[in-house]
Amino acid sequence: MPAIELIGVKKAFGEIQAVNDLNLEVPQGICLGLLGPNGAGKSTTMRILTGQSIADEGTIKVLGMDLPEQAKFARARMGVVPQLDNLDVDVTVEQNLAVFARLYRAPSVPEAVDRALEIARLTDRRKDSVGELSGGMRRRLLLARGLVHDPELVLLDEPTVGLDPQIRTQLWTLIDGLRTAGSTILMSTHYIEEAERLADEVAVMTAGAVIARGKPADLIKEHAGARTVEIYGPPHELEEHRDRFNTAGVSVRAAGPAIAVLAAEDAPRELIPDHAVDRAASLEDVFVKLTGEDAE
Amino acid sequence: MSEVVTTRGRTIRIRRFDRAAIGAVMSREVANFRTFWKGTTFNSLLDPTIYLLAFGLGLGTTIVGDVEGIPYVQFVGTGMVATAVIFSSALPAMFGTFVKYHFQKTYDAILATPVDTEELVTAEALWIALRSGFYGTFPIIVTFFFGLPPEPTMVLIPLFCFVTAFGFASFGIAVAAKAQKIDQFNYVTTTCITPLFLVAGTFFPISGLPQGAQVVAQFNPLYQLVELVRGAAFGFESVDVLRLVALIIFSLVLWRLAIRFMTQRLID
Ligand SMILES: Nc1ncnc2c1ncn2[C@@H]1O[C@H](COP(=O)(O)OP(=O)(O)O)[C@@H](O)[C@H]1O
Ligand SMILES: [Mg+2]
Repeated sequence: MPAIELIGVKKAFGEIQAVNDLNLEVPQGICLGLLGPNGAGKSTTMRILTGQSIADEGTIKVLGMDLPEQAKFARARMGVVPQLDNLDVDVTVEQNLAVFARLYRAPSVPEAVDRALEIARLTDRRKDSVGELSGGMRRRLLLARGLVHDPELVLLDEPTVGLDPQIRTQLWTLIDGLRTAGSTILMSTHYIEEAERLADEVAVMTAGAVIARGKPADLIKEHAGARTVEIYGPPHELEEHRDRFNTAGVSVRAAGPAIAVLAAEDAPRELIPDHAVDRAASLEDVFVKLTGEDAE
Repeated sequence: MSEVVTTRGRTIRIRRFDRAAIGAVMSREVANFRTFWKGTTFNSLLDPTIYLLAFGLGLGTTIVGDVEGIPYVQFVGTGMVATAVIFSSALPAMFGTFVKYHFQKTYDAILATPVDTEELVTAEALWIALRSGFYGTFPIIVTFFFGLPPEPTMVLIPLFCFVTAFGFASFGIAVAAKAQKIDQFNYVTTTCITPLFLVAGTFFPISGLPQGAQVVAQFNPLYQLVELVRGAAFGFESVDVLRLVALIIFSLVLWRLAIRFMTQRLID
């Protein structure tokens, strides 16, 4: 039984089709990266999985339970880590965790709190109020709060968006630990690097639907070939290169100050200038090609 | 209806309407309340004291004599229970609810756990009502010092306050669920809460109002509360049972309304 099964899911907000015929299956025990640009429908998908948003159409199963009917029971077995910090700042670290241990009906609240404190590495700060914590500590606490009941399935919605690189690294370590421990994780992100580092498999989502799915290496091979060539130079020169490639039927894209040629191994050799930078194709190439968005 | 959920070899029972969920949400409120209870409690004592000094002693000794056979200071003191109840229920419910769903996103976090909107709203209203039941007695305690004789029937006053406050807390939650901006609460305060508390029979007897206004006042839950409190202090009448029933109905209706509006707000 897969941990998550979404078939033909649709959700509109007025004119906006936030989720549009979404199909997604997440097997147990993997970390699936839901990679998509802003507005792709990632958060809406997460909310549908907790029953906080009701889909207009489609079949939704979480841990074998039918949603939205059984959403409340399914929520007992999953942990959710939101994008935005919504901790209670005036009360202590352990009180924040204890409330959630109770909300999740943990059999022993003190044990659940101790475990979560260890995960967040905040045992020595347990009596401090959340307002006194550093940004990194707060994010670790936010993550641990969603794990206080040892959930089978963890939903992470853009867990590191807008954070300092240092805090991001701390969280990546925690998430990687979770993955190693065998939890099933659905993690949405619009950071390529985050997906590359943490996800066993990646589903590329855009405009409310998953358009590609697989292990990062397979996705790269399928959509971006083996090598990518980046050509730097003044704009008019780049324009000339672009025209030549286009005439030869090779697709190129803008990549910041350069242009990038995907599957360069198949492109006519004489079109690639000597000063071009040849590198292994990356997930970023796939993302940009499939979504048409600039990567972050 | 309930379901036994097995997770990681443990089993937990989750009911459709679960006391454990309500207790958990209330425990969050209690934890937060512990950080600010001193100020709130001090204000709840200070407020009626100031009113009683100003109105009770000021008006009572110089302008107004007995009202309905009761010394004016005791008339106001017992009536102020209604003031304490509405200001410790409707207002915190309105502002607190809005802040929690709009700014702090607390409810998003809670609804991601095995708790639903019905339990959430019930817990929030219950907690406010319990607090109000407690704070509602403060004017009575203060009035003891202004000569109000204690009566055994006064032990019912926290219950009357609780029932009324549950309704007004639900009212506040329902209003917050419909609000787009926090400024809109000013209109609600001016157009609903202030008139309700002014024509509750706290400061002057309803019998002095024009006939039409007297009929309207009957529909004011705060007026019914004031009558019940005065009943507890100076002797009940048989219609007081009806008043209590009316307050219970008022509270239940607003409770269901708050759940409906909050579900619309929180689940999309
Ligand atoms: N409650 C809502 N009301 C109206 N529009 C919404 C709502 N939630 C999401 N949307 C819209 O749906 C689309 C997908 O949003 P979202 O799921 O948040 O995307 P992502 O998380 O991938 O950035 C966006 O266009 C967003 O503006
Ligand atoms: Mg999002």
